[in-house]
Amino acid sequence: MNVDRITEKLNILADAAKYDVSCASSGSNRKNKDKGLGNASNGICHSYTEDGRCVSLLKILLTNHCIFDCAYCVSRKNNDIKRAAFTVQEVVDLTINFYRRNYIEGLFLSSGIFKDADYTMERLVRVAKKLRTEHNFNGYIHLKSIPGASEELMREAGLYADRLSVNLEMPTEAGLKLLAPDKNRQDMIDPMQFLKKEIIQNTEEKKLFKNTPMFAPAGQSTQMIVGATRESDQQVLQSANYFYKNFNLKRVYYSGYVPVLADQRLPALNTAVPLVRENRLYQADWLMRFYGFHVNEIVNNQNPLLDLDIDPKLSWAIRNMQVFPIDINRADLQLILRVPGIGLLSAQKIVAARKFAGLGWEQLKKIGVAINRAKYFITCKSNEFERRDLTGQNIKQFIMAQSQSKYIKNTQTQLNLF
Amino acid sequence: MHTLVYDGTFEGLLTAVFEIYERKLYPVKLLKGEWRNSALFEEVIPVVTDETRAGRVLKGLRKKLSAAGVQRLYISHMAEIAGEDCNVLGFIRHAFDSEQNIEEDYANRYVMRLSEILKMVRREKHRMEAFVRFQKLNDGTFYAAIEPDFNVLPLLIKHFKSRYADQKWMIYDIKRNYGLYYDLHDTQFIEMNFDELNRPADVIAAYSEDEGIYQNLWKNYFNSVNIVSRKNTKLHVRHIPKRYWRHLTEKI
Ligand code: SF4
Repeated sequence: MNVDRITEKLNILADAAKYDVSCASSGSNRKNKDKGLGNASNGICHSYTEDGRCVSLLKILLTNHCIFDCAYCVSRKNNDIKRAAFTVQEVVDLTINFYRRNYIEGLFLSSGIFKDADYTMERLVRVAKKLRTEHNFNGYIHLKSIPGASEELMREAGLYADRLSVNLEMPTEAGLKLLAPDKNRQDMIDPMQFLKKEIIQNTEEKKLFKNTPMFAPAGQSTQMIVGATRESDQQVLQSANYFYKNFNLKRVYYSGYVPVLADQRLPALNTAVPLVRENRLYQADWLMRFYGFHVNEIVNNQNPLLDLDIDPKLSWAIRNMQVFPIDINRADLQLILRVPGIGLLSAQKIVAARKFAGLGWEQLKKIGVAINRAKYFITCKSNEFERRDLTGQNIKQFIMAQSQSKYIKNTQTQLNLF
Repeated sequence: MHTLVYDGTFEGLLTAVFEIYERKLYPVKLLKGEWRNSALFEEVIPVVTDETRAGRVLKGLRKKLSAAGVQRLYISHMAEIAGEDCNVLGFIRHAFDSEQNIEEDYANRYVMRLSEILKMVRREKHRMEAFVRFQKLNDGTFYAAIEPDFNVLPLLIKHFKSRYADQKWMIYDIKRNYGLYYDLHDTQFIEMNFDELNRPADVIAAYSEDEGIYQNLWKNYFNSVNIVSRKNTKLHVRHIPKRYWRHLTEKI
């Protein structure tokens, strides 16, 4: 092994891959087979970068050579950077050796497009195939599907990978046209459609035949870059909602644009990465997936932008004061979930614990409710409750004044929700 | 106030519960450790661990709690968190003194405390599953040292055994001086003697040839994935508290 050369390749190809924010390794259920290596289930963050993101997978490009020229991408054809390419065997060796040392959950392999879509995709598939068939590797594999690759290759990819993803890149077609003139939205939608169909079919077959091989058990995901073009949060979230609903996506990732190029179509190079906005989008996404919110409740024509000062749940609550206050000892779980300051776990605990005795403020606090926020929206077993007739704006001011430090902290956290 | 001193085992704890009910001791304080009758003002009752008595209490608990509930109780005790014995005891008493199953009675302080303890223990277990860094030794065994806040090594068996089924490995808790060894068939607990002949430094000499190479590649990878314009040290340290760094290849 030529250590220096491998090290250089790794540096280049990990660096080029890092702008893809997805690093999840959960949602699969691949068991360790025949005393082989590894398994994939819940996904573990083995480390964290200095910017606080989870490191779960060996996330690299097979190559950063690319025939396309997408403006937002460091690997674009006309960018003057060092290029490199791994061999199939090199990626396999790195994955196995990192995995055995418990550094990673598996591999996330993407690539610039060299020659054409099929040529590139074929190589990605070969890495996965080798890991699964020659090394009995059962860890997590996420393959990027190259837009325009043939259906046979996509199908083969699904047989070896846990997750496949096609990045939408831009929230709208217009945004894509502007920044990635070589790309075509339909080329991204087609493989998603194909994968959705295959995944459903595979699930059906599994019900009939136990031995049906797995097909992308962790499903498919996508990523949108936010802040490179001018889409509103409403457009971003509606697009996400559309893909969740119509393509059974497991996750949509939002990647705050990191300036990589001086180009009049893009924000200037010294523009800050929109981290707060990114965080709010994840919170809104969470509300749609786990808290029973409809996308139009979060953003709509009157409120096309998420409030950067407060989280979207609080923001919804103060716009809908007619719903509150609710009685914590009687209200449905669904309604309790909508109270600012009460998260998923606390809500479930409340519903379980109130069977024993009515809950007062003390108990709610013990259960983990953020009383200083929830108190404006609930009553409980106590004579004390908010009697003033406060407007949503008043409440927002009170909460912000009281928990200034907390909000500053929150904005630094990517996925710390409610 | 009666003070009970027991040997720290789960059976010992259950025996203590037996004594408390049998002799109607209330209020009580439960301490782990050797029984010394000097310098103590209260009446100190040594608990002699008794399997039959412990067994009877366990049987009673099984009637009051679900199987998962008993398991959770066991784990909370096994974690050996200083000063929590009284809360574990409080939970057991609350279970016995109530008509219905109290596992979800979160408004009760003992039930709540136990759920907090479990949360802490689980977090530590997950951290270990994440932060173990194996190093390959000459004989092909993958070795890792850990120093968890609580005693979680026994909770790691299932995860590591089903994941690393085709390599020999050892995870050693150097704080509590015992380890877990997997020999391709089964796991067993072992104690190592780091005496003159067997110092940690010699373990380093026993690293396989390519160990250093992969450690360096991993460090390189870790540095390459960082996005400088997003730097957030506070968040970083919250995810990986500094006390874990000394065993993390990428942070050494
Ligand atoms: S096709 Fe992919 S790698 Fe190539 S320039 Fe566009 S985004 Fe970058």
